[in-house]
Amino acid sequence: MEPVRLVSPTEPPALHDRAMDNLRYIRETMERATPFTGISGWGEIAIGVTALIASFIAAQQLTFKGWFAVWVAEGLISLLIAGWSMDRKARAVHMALVSGPGRKAVFSLAPPLIAGALLTLVLAQAGAASAIPGMWLLLYGTGVITGGMFSVRAVPAMGVCFMLLGAVAVFTDASYNNWFMAAGFGGLHVLFGAIIVRKYGG
Amino acid sequence: MPEPRAQNAKQKSAAPNLDRLIHERLRLGIISALAANESLTFSDLKSLMNTTDGNLSVHARKLEEAGYISCSKYFEGRLPKTEYKLTAAGRHALENYLNHMESLIKQMRNA
Repeated sequence: MEPVRLVSPTEPPALHDRAMDNLRYIRETMERATPFTGISGWGEIAIGVTALIASFIAAQQLTFKGWFAVWVAEGLISLLIAGWSMDRKARAVHMALVSGPGRKAVFSLAPPLIAGALLTLVLAQAGAASAIPGMWLLLYGTGVITGGMFSVRAVPAMGVCFMLLGAVAVFTDASYNNWFMAAGFGGLHVLFGAIIVRKYGG
Repeated sequence: MPEPRAQNAKQKSAAPNLDRLIHERLRLGIISALAANESLTFSDLKSLMNTTDGNLSVHARKLEEAGYISCSKYFEGRLPKTEYKLTAAGRHALENYLNHMESLIKQMRNA
């Protein structure tokens, strides 16, 4: 027999603490392990492809209203794709313990998107609609950086690219706006989606 | 490895049905990490658990022998990769372990 170790059955509080500690360890390990597949690369590619189609259709629009409607529709489609693809990934895990990373991503993406929606109205009313694409790219980038802090490195890196593109877009002639939209919401999504699929599997 | 026999003897008296196989820290970590993912490679697990090749492979093999995880090897280009998945038995074992810990905590609260 080995010598008696620290925790013995006659010390209930220690056993209790150990049980709590074990539960905490399991939860933390699962949360730490989740970012490996938390974000769906295929979902991002799909969003990028629909955004490319949307920027093509939007470029044909003669009025700002028409252009704007196309992008609102594309925004809703992207949300659906993102929700569906993340749900599929979460389901593959099917354990109620994991909800941290997904919630974190949603909560950090929502504030800049709400700010963006309000600024869109302000800029449109002020007759500065041409600044909207750059502002969208900038704010979406900030949301992706903060939301991706807990995820794989490719995610915040994508956020930085969005911000850089947005920064260039706001200071560039408005005639290039559709190209910036295509390069950002289309190109960057497809590119980083593909990186995530390759490096982190799906 | 921390003296398994001493731990076993102690746990037996305190908690008769405790699954000793996943009570060990690193093994519990492997099971937990795999429960949150469809699959993880050896190097994913190594960086997650912050451990050495030798240590991880010893514990992973124990879990594999118990049928808690499954292991498959393949090549990605020229690099050999080892991929681990949690089996149904492994998930069941983790759920049992969680229930066990919860009931231990409840007991102590009521006492």
